Amino acid sequence: MPFAAEPPVINEAATAFMLIASSMVLLMTPGLALFYGGMTRSKSVLNMMMMSFGAMAVVGIVYVLWGYSMSFGNLQDGGGDIAGIFSNPFHLFGLSQLTGADGAARLIDPFGVGVWIPEYIYAGFQLTFAVITVALISGAIADRVKFGTWITFAVIWVTVVYFPIAHMVWGGGLLSGAEGGLSAKLFGATDGVASVLPIDFAGGTVVHINAGAAGLALALVVGKRLGFGKVAMRPHNLPLVMIGAGLLWFGWFGFNAGSELAADGVASSVWLNTTVATCAAAIGWLVVEKIRDGHATSLGAASGVVAGLVAITPACGALSPVGSIILGVVAGGLSALAVGLKYKFGYDDSLDVVGVHLVAGLWGTVGAGLLATKTGLFYGGGWQQTVLQVLIAVISLVLSFVLTYAIALALKATLGWRISEDAESEGIDQAVHAESGYEIGGFPASGGRTTSRPVVQAAKAEGANA
Amino acid sequence: MKLITAIIKPHQLDEVKEALEAFGVAGMTISEASGYGRQRGHSEVYRGAEYTVDFVPKVRLEVLVDDVDSSDVLEVILKAAQTGRIGDGKIWAVPVDEVVRVRTGERGVDAL
Repeated sequence: MPFAAEPPVINEAATAFMLIASSMVLLMTPGLALFYGGMTRSKSVLNMMMMSFGAMAVVGIVYVLWGYSMSFGNLQDGGGDIAGIFSNPFHLFGLSQLTGADGAARLIDPFGVGVWIPEYIYAGFQLTFAVITVALISGAIADRVKFGTWITFAVIWVTVVYFPIAHMVWGGGLLSGAEGGLSAKLFGATDGVASVLPIDFAGGTVVHINAGAAGLALALVVGKRLGFGKVAMRPHNLPLVMIGAGLLWFGWFGFNAGSELAADGVASSVWLNTTVATCAAAIGWLVVEKIRDGHATSLGAASGVVAGLVAITPACGALSPVGSIILGVVAGGLSALAVGLKYKFGYDDSLDVVGVHLVAGLWGTVGAGLLATKTGLFYGGGWQQTVLQVLIAVISLVLSFVLTYAIALALKATLGWRISEDAESEGIDQAVHAESGYEIGGFPASGGRTTSRPVVQAAKAEGANA
Repeated sequence: MKLITAIIKPHQLDEVKEALEAFGVAGMTISEASGYGRQRGHSEVYRGAEYTVDFVPKVRLEVLVDDVDSSDVLEVILKAAQTGRIGDGKIWAVPVDEVVRVRTGERGVDAL
């Protein structure tokens, strides 16, 4: 990455913006916990939410230790890149190198545009992306897996799949516009930059196709919930789902606009594109539902919102507002149709990670090639951009699916994925976490269930009498 | 003495309660219940998957009355709970051997 001849000066507006954007993206994971938690049955709401919070806890630490190094360690000094696939995990291990010899925080200008921000907050911003990507996968395997296996999976998956793909797309690796990348090899390069730049503004490939393909692989290896297709598995709390969708939408502005890494005109157009695509997707989903099922549902509105946000994620920096509306309405309609596939093919992607994130992620990545105002097929930009978009989408999908499948099989053979059948039918919250999400039907006047009492205090009282 | 049990639509509860109070019934017990009769349940759709919900929410109302009031009370509940549409519920009465008021130990009709 370019070093300025004079020492770089911190851009405080961009830094303030990135501090806020990173905090907003971090809020998306608790938002996702609500979105997913409300969709499960009441006996497994806590486990579902804990899969998000657990991912937050371990991925956050792993990211600081070796994650940032593996994805972006090469950005500042060009060192550590390994065949364009990942970067040396030990190059910036623990990130203590981000404070320079003079005691000041090291600055970075990832896009080479003269906007310098402390590398700490760039790493922090990227950390929040790794966290939510792992958490997204959990919806495919709701209600039925051991918490320890999930946490182990989170650490292995983010290391073997996420960090390399983030490096390939955003860290100057194989799927980026760098000189050694796929696009430069196919369509040529000028001055060390590919002539046709892959479009993935905020993570259609890295986050959504990646999480969706991983969810599909996990759902296949882990297997169906007991009674899948026979027992009614209705969402237990749709208001939670809608609060979650609202928090995701809010946080997503940090995700998309923040990916500009500066508070500027592009970030502003991204904000607007993100909004209208999401509105359009909610409408797209509801129209499909109304025609097919006869009702426009609240779950459909919440799901349409998420599908729209997913689809606009790669495309938000390249489209016009009207292009974003078209992208969004198609995303909502496609996902509404895709969520039924699991019943046809008989895999239990419990909360539709495939139907929403994989399908809308694929559409958004490919749609960016069609609708980009500068290079898109529909704008007379030729076919190269669309072909390139299809390629990076398919490569991410296959890579993520194959690697996740292998990791899932290895964990199945060692730790095992499933909790016992008894525990699953009684409810994973009680079996795994020794808690229940709600106290329903208790007797409040007597302080809860009449048979419950605090064990520790009771034991002390007995001891005092002895 | 008789125990009158009525399974009614939840939104008819207030009307039934007021009618019983106007008649002079001093107390009652209600509980949330689920069930179906001839109206069967209803269907709900989540992300295109249709579920039949067999048991629909009902209120179970129980009143203890003297034998002589039994048919009148039953009639009061019937009038207040009836909407004429399917799913209005059922009312039945069964004989009760003994009733005791816990606070005083009074028995029989005195305990009502």
